[in-house]
Amino acid sequence: MSTSGATRDLPGIYAKAGSLSSERRWALWVAYISLIFSAIIFLAPPVYMFITSLKTSAEVANLQGNPWLVRNPTLENYTAILTNPTFLTFFWNSAKITVMVVAITMVISTLAAFALARMRFWGSQALATGVFLTYLIPETLLFIPLYQIVGGLGLLNSSWGLVVVYPTLTVPFCTWIMIGYFASIPKELDEAALIDGASWSQMLLKIFIPVAMPGIIAATIFAFTVSWAAFVYPTAFVTTPDEMPLTIGVVSQLVRADTFAWGQIMAGALLAALPPVIVYAFLMDYYIAGLTAGATKG
Amino acid sequence: MAQVSIRKVVKAYDGGVQAVKGIDLEIADHEFVVLVGPSGCGKSTTLRMIAGLEEITGGEIAIGGTVVNDIPPRDRDIAMVFQNYALYPHMSVYENMAFGLTLRKFPKEEIRKRVENAARILDITPLLDRKPKALSGGQRQRVAMGRAIVRDPKVFLFDEPLSNLDAKLRVQMRTEIKKVHQTVKTTTVYVTHDQVEAMTLADRVVVMNHGIIEQVGPPQELYHHPKTRFVAGFIGSPAMNFIPARVENGSGALRVTLPNNITVPVPESRTARYQGAAGRDMLFGIRPEHLTEVKNLDRDNIAVFELTPEVIEPMGMETLVHLWLQGAEVCCRIDPTTPAEPGRPMQFAADLNHMHLIDPESGKVL
Repeated sequence: MSTSGATRDLPGIYAKAGSLSSERRWALWVAYISLIFSAIIFLAPPVYMFITSLKTSAEVANLQGNPWLVRNPTLENYTAILTNPTFLTFFWNSAKITVMVVAITMVISTLAAFALARMRFWGSQALATGVFLTYLIPETLLFIPLYQIVGGLGLLNSSWGLVVVYPTLTVPFCTWIMIGYFASIPKELDEAALIDGASWSQMLLKIFIPVAMPGIIAATIFAFTVSWAAFVYPTAFVTTPDEMPLTIGVVSQLVRADTFAWGQIMAGALLAALPPVIVYAFLMDYYIAGLTAGATKG
Repeated sequence: MAQVSIRKVVKAYDGGVQAVKGIDLEIADHEFVVLVGPSGCGKSTTLRMIAGLEEITGGEIAIGGTVVNDIPPRDRDIAMVFQNYALYPHMSVYENMAFGLTLRKFPKEEIRKRVENAARILDITPLLDRKPKALSGGQRQRVAMGRAIVRDPKVFLFDEPLSNLDAKLRVQMRTEIKKVHQTVKTTTVYVTHDQVEAMTLADRVVVMNHGIIEQVGPPQELYHHPKTRFVAGFIGSPAMNFIPARVENGSGALRVTLPNNITVPVPESRTARYQGAAGRDMLFGIRPEHLTEVKNLDRDNIAVFELTPEVIEPMGMETLVHLWLQGAEVCCRIDPTTPAEPGRPMQFAADLNHMHLIDPESGKVL
């Protein structure tokens, strides 16, 4: 008796397997269609930016023809932007602010999350919830009182003012991510470390930080993104070009009165988006692992 | 190495729930003591109080003569092995074992010597460079033990270390733990809910229930001379049978009447001990191996009566026969060659030299 004969004897099982695979095929179709649809929606703006950045001002202004095609591609917008000392100042400001903010955020939120997740003290639970709730208050509401605070500190129109202000956005969420991650680390691990002779600080440095590295990287990426892409606060607090970060520098300084240098704006925006893209490309896996860890392991 | 003294130790949680209700226990130097009992009996809490991971509400614990109530875990000179191993996932096996010594600033050469020695004892030398995730459950447990051994502490604490392993590996690691203790001889406190583990490993077994110690003693003593119904039923597998019975004084001798009008005489050696129970309802306790098919009738104090098996379980080296007497399940151990059938009455022999009488109200074994 051949194998195929045996298969014919068991139609029930195979019919079921067939229906399962057809269900799976449907699920795949639906998934592909919705993914392609979302990819088009999300990719259209950057693609359009890229196309526009390759056009001369004359071509951008020309309403004839398809705007999605480039007739005379040129790199002059990129050359102009990269040789423009103001643009390089914006870039430097953004980099400086972001590095400082990420460093401050990670130190504060790692310590806060460790304390809230592990050192049981009165009110720690309420405090943890409170930290997250502060993240829910929109920055468009906060910038008015913050303006007074930053002004009081004498940091208006200074990139240092932004270094002080951005952590109000980054610290709560990063702390929340890390609380989830730290909570997913088994209690026995700290107990083993305590018995092995570790102090609380050694436990944090030698056990928690290395074990929670995916969570820390996720939080770092978040702080980086928020700080790099912040728009409302710099618009409110910074007015002179030499203190501006990229986000507002590109839109405010490349527009002269009513003249929009669209090609340069797009080239500048694309270059500004490059660092986050690179960071995400390298650390994507950690980011996802970090965000989901608390939910699945906790 | 050192003795451990537990004096009137109480653990109460917020809300007044007492997990441990004032226990006393002296553990001698080099001794292997197993705390055993059902979930929630306070055994793990007691161990964690010795480790310093739980605060002591009342009483005191001394290790090596020093009261450690207010001493943090790291200064108690103890090492602990956890149920889920608690290996540091980002460190290699070597680093895991060396961690405690590194924190205590031991010289590198000394650390290397100790780790290699422990690895040799546990047969994990080829694994020293691996990360915990590349190890099997049994190997992880060995590393966890290695981490304890390298420290050469006064006391080893084991918190259900074998519960995460499959049955076969559990038996293997049990032997391994006993072997290690025979080599290093460190005072050991071991917590388990598995009475077989307790019996096989312990110099002395501590049976706990509801936050108190029911009985302390060597395994054989607990098995043959339990002091309470709880210990009698907890130690031994299958458990001891408890059959409702009435003790009567008749024609100068004591008799025990069991359901189905089965009457067995109390052995002469026990008459004095059981005299006070005359005329009262008691529980007749007998282990399955003392309720067998009829054999060796030339011994004293063997009672023979007829029972009807209801369920037969062949185990290979023995056969278990289950039946019910007035709602009490009775298990008998018979030779696998003895013919037995559900529903067909057969003769059983009870070895009354091993009988127990238990007061159903106080739960005490007479």
